[in-house]
Parts: sequence; C-alpha cells; structure tokens
Amino acid sequence: MFRDFIRKTRLPSGVDGDLRIIEVKDLGFKYAGTDFYAIKEVNLEINEGEFVILAGKSGCGKTTLLRCLNGLIPHFYEGEFEGRVLIDGVDTRDCPPYILSQKAGMVFQNPDNQLFALSVEADIAFPLENLGLPREEIRDRVEWALKLLKIEELRSRSPFELSAGQKQKVAIASVLAMRPKILLLDEPTSSLDPISAKNLIDAIIELNRKHRLTILISEHRLTHLIPHADKLAIMDKGKILYFDEPRKVLKEDVLMYGVSIPRVVEVVREMRKIGGCLPFREVPLSVDEFIRDLRGVLR
Amino acid sequence: MIRFESVEYIYPNGVKALDGIDLEIGDGEIVTIMGENGAGKTTLIKHLNGLLKPVKGKVLIDGIDTRKVTVASLSKKVGIVFQNPDDMFFSENIWEEIAFALRNFGYDEEVVKRRVENAINFMDLASYVDKSPFTLSGGEKKRLALAIVLAWSPDIIALDEPTIGQDILQKEKLLQVIKLLNSQGKTIIISSHDVEFIADLKPRIILMKRGKVIADGNAEEIFLNEELLKSCNLLPPQLITLSRELEFIGVRPRLYSPRELAAEIMTRLQR
Repeated sequence: MFRDFIRKTRLPSGVDGDLRIIEVKDLGFKYAGTDFYAIKEVNLEINEGEFVILAGKSGCGKTTLLRCLNGLIPHFYEGEFEGRVLIDGVDTRDCPPYILSQKAGMVFQNPDNQLFALSVEADIAFPLENLGLPREEIRDRVEWALKLLKIEELRSRSPFELSAGQKQKVAIASVLAMRPKILLLDEPTSSLDPISAKNLIDAIIELNRKHRLTILISEHRLTHLIPHADKLAIMDKGKILYFDEPRKVLKEDVLMYGVSIPRVVEVVREMRKIGGCLPFREVPLSVDEFIRDLRGVLR
Repeated sequence: MIRFESVEYIYPNGVKALDGIDLEIGDGEIVTIMGENGAGKTTLIKHLNGLLKPVKGKVLIDGIDTRKVTVASLSKKVGIVFQNPDDMFFSENIWEEIAFALRNFGYDEEVVKRRVENAINFMDLASYVDKSPFTLSGGEKKRLALAIVLAWSPDIIALDEPTIGQDILQKEKLLQVIKLLNSQGKTIIISSHDVEFIADLKPRIILMKRGKVIADGNAEEIFLNEELLKSCNLLPPQLITLSRELEFIGVRPRLYSPRELAAEIMTRLQR
C-alpha cells in the first residue's frame, strides 16, 4: 500500500529543474521530558546528488536533524514535532520508517550499534530479508553493496573481528543495500585513525560522484571533506545559521560555532592579516588548491 | 617517573596487545601515544594504574611495581580519563560523582567540598552540578570525567582519546587545561590519533604498532617522517604537507603554526 502511495506522490523540483530530494520546512523538535527545542525553525532544501556537510558544536542539533530525515523522529523518539520534512516527496510523518529507510539510509558514529550478524554478508542481507525480498534479489544487492564499498574479501568474516574502519564500511554497505537515494552519516569517522578515516571519506565521495547518491554528513574533521562538498551547513543552538557553498561559508567567522576550518584556510587568513598582495582569487580549501593557485600566479 | 621494562600483555582471548615495551617517562613530561586502531595504546594506558598487570616484564610508577599494589593505592598517583566516560559514572548528580573518589581516599568532608568546587569551576561545570551525569552531552561527559580525576590531583594524568567527538572549541579548552596542568608539574600522557590536535600541543610522541614502540621522538621529528606515519595509518598534519609542497619557493618543511607558516610564505614571496 505504501509503495503505491509513494509512486503516486509527485516529486517537487527546484527552480533550476534539479530534483529536490530533501525539503525541510519550519522544522522544530523537543524531546519528551526536556524543556527546550533540540532544533528549531530549520529550513533546508537539498537537491538530488548534492554532497552536504553538517557542522557545528557538539550538542547543536546535528544528530536530531539527521534523525528527522530518516524518520527516527517522530516514529521512534517521542516529543513535540513542528513543521514538516519531505524526503523524496514523501512526508516523513505519513510514512513508516521501513519505507523511509529505502529512501534515506543512516550510518551512525559507532558501527557496533549497527552490526550483529555472524558474517558481513548476513549483516548486509538482514534488512533485505526483513523486507521480504526474493532470494535472488537479496543476493544481487549484497553483491552490489560489497562491490560498491570494495569489501568483497570481507564477505565471510565476522563483523566483530574487523577493524573500526572496515566495520564502518560494512555498516554503509548494509544501508546502501536498501538502495536509498540519500545517505545520512552521523560523525562516521570520529573513532577512526587518520588513514582509515580518509579511506572512508574517499569511499563516500566516490558514492556521490559515481553513483549520484545524495550525501548529508555531520563531521568535526572537515579537512578531507570540504574540497568535495557542494554545500556546508553550520548549525548552532538548534538552528541553521549558514547554508551555502563551503568557500562562501568559510569567509565568515565560523570558529565560534565550533567548526574547525582546514589549516590551509587558517594560513590564508593569517596571510591576509599580514597584508600585501595575496596570490589567491578565492580561498583554497586544500593543499592542492593552495599550491595550484600559487604556482599559477608565480608562472 | 614511569618505567616499562620489557612489558608484555596478552588478553584472555590470546591477542598479544603489548609486545616487549621498554619506556621511560619523566616527571612533568607531556607524552602522546599515537598509532592506528588496535595498536595497543589503551592497553598501555591501563597498565599505568595497574588496571592491567603485565604478563611478562614490569611497570614501575615512582619505583613501585604495579603487580605488587592495588589499583586503589596507585590511583592516588595516576588518574585515567577513559575514552568512554559513561564507564566511570554511577552517581545521582555531578557533585556526588566528583566527591565519590575523594571520600574513598578518606579526605575530610571539608577538603572534599573544597576540591569538588575547585574541579567544577576549573572545568566550567558550575551550571550542571545538580544534573545527573547521564543527561550530559558527550562533550560535557568528557569534561566531567576530567574533573573527577582533577579533584584528587594525581601526579600523573592519562587521557585516552580525549578529542573524539569534541568540537574545535572543546579541543582548544582541553589544550589549555593540559598546558596548565603541565605547568603545575603534572605528567600528562595522552593517547590519540588526532594529528592536528597533537600538532598544536607539540609533545614527545611515542608511536606504537602491533603492541610495539616503533618510534619515540619530538613531534616535529615524527610528523616529518611520512613513511613512518603511513606505516601506522597516520597522516601528517596538513601544514607539514603544505610546507613540504612549498619547498619550490624556499620554505623549509617544519611543524609550523598557521601564523608562522603565513609569515614564512609572505617573506619568501616578497623576495
């Protein structure tokens, strides 16, 4: 019944003809038993295929916002819900989480919360079996997800003997096997060592670039993410303060909102303070951009 | 003074987490233990107060062999702040949580009161005193965990992955607290793979891999050794990479602060 309902729903489009896949209107949420809004007056529009970073201090409402996008709020967390959230044209209040999870899949900070089966394959297959999909289809999707994350060789391993970075990839694969159009990630690299974190970020970037998956990721470590992001959203006290291309947002003084800007951007700011002619037209977001611009001017 | 002499530790499931560790950490040093997930960092930290005892070799804290004393008696000298602070909490409110250890150590109620208040003020927890530790956010829990340890003022303070899940403002505060404690003569031991945080702190770095110490040196020396870092799943801080790429304008690869590197680049460009 719900599937028919979803098919019938007309998808809204953005002014430029891009498909608007996430639309949040005047969203507010107050958890039951608390006396303040965890998020308030949130408005957000994200087009299909966009790569969006969500940043801000701990406790600013990032996780609550993500929970609203995959329906955990209001379906699992009780509280006062205001405004509306449309995911792929569907109002999250009218759609059960098992349908929403096929539209917007969520990966959490700690992959141990998401993995429980005896093998990686079984873990990825589990939600598909729950959907009652035919055996063939399940096998194809597990294969596809393993390949997408380049973890085919882990298929028969127990999730619990994997490294933290591998576990996180398995968690992403099991979410992607549901074939969502949107991948929501809540600080997925926070417990990973730097190279494992970079590998995971590279895999996520490839999902966006090659497979046009819409990505919304909350993170504290922005260095490797920012050069690839289409938009950067900065939250503070439950509200979205900035939502624009990262280069534009980083012109503002975002440090006070707990956002750690890449060190190259800090260097450019310090160069500006010293004064004189700077070799950059736009703020470089990575070491590569910094060197490319500098060489361009010196040539 | 902390001494590890050929320390081996094997977990009950057979995993050898420490494999022949020889180490000496002097009073008042700041030391960071770095290495990939599973390198043995947390296991090493748990040896500092005798929570884990070596299977072979020994750990000496100010000359005391950790195998011969209780965790409780060592805890007066060594305070550990764990990665997941939830493991430490059980009291009804923050005040009681901080007071618990002090009472256990047998301090007078007056001393307990003074020390709890100091720790609360030091870690900016005054507005939370009546709250349950379990209702705090992740960052606040970390601050409370540190406050608990600070209250009994051990000479050696070990922090296991203190920056995980912390935003940049909390990290800056943590950096100040570490420097302040160190200026009071405390020995600080931090396990972390947050290279940017460590780059700001510039401590002595001990690099671990598969239960062994594979390098021990100052921050700049370790961070400039790209091959070594790579073998431990670490990346150099971004400004080391940038300074290396800037050699074509005459910049020497070093562990610069953003301000230092900016000044260096501007000087080179003006020439």
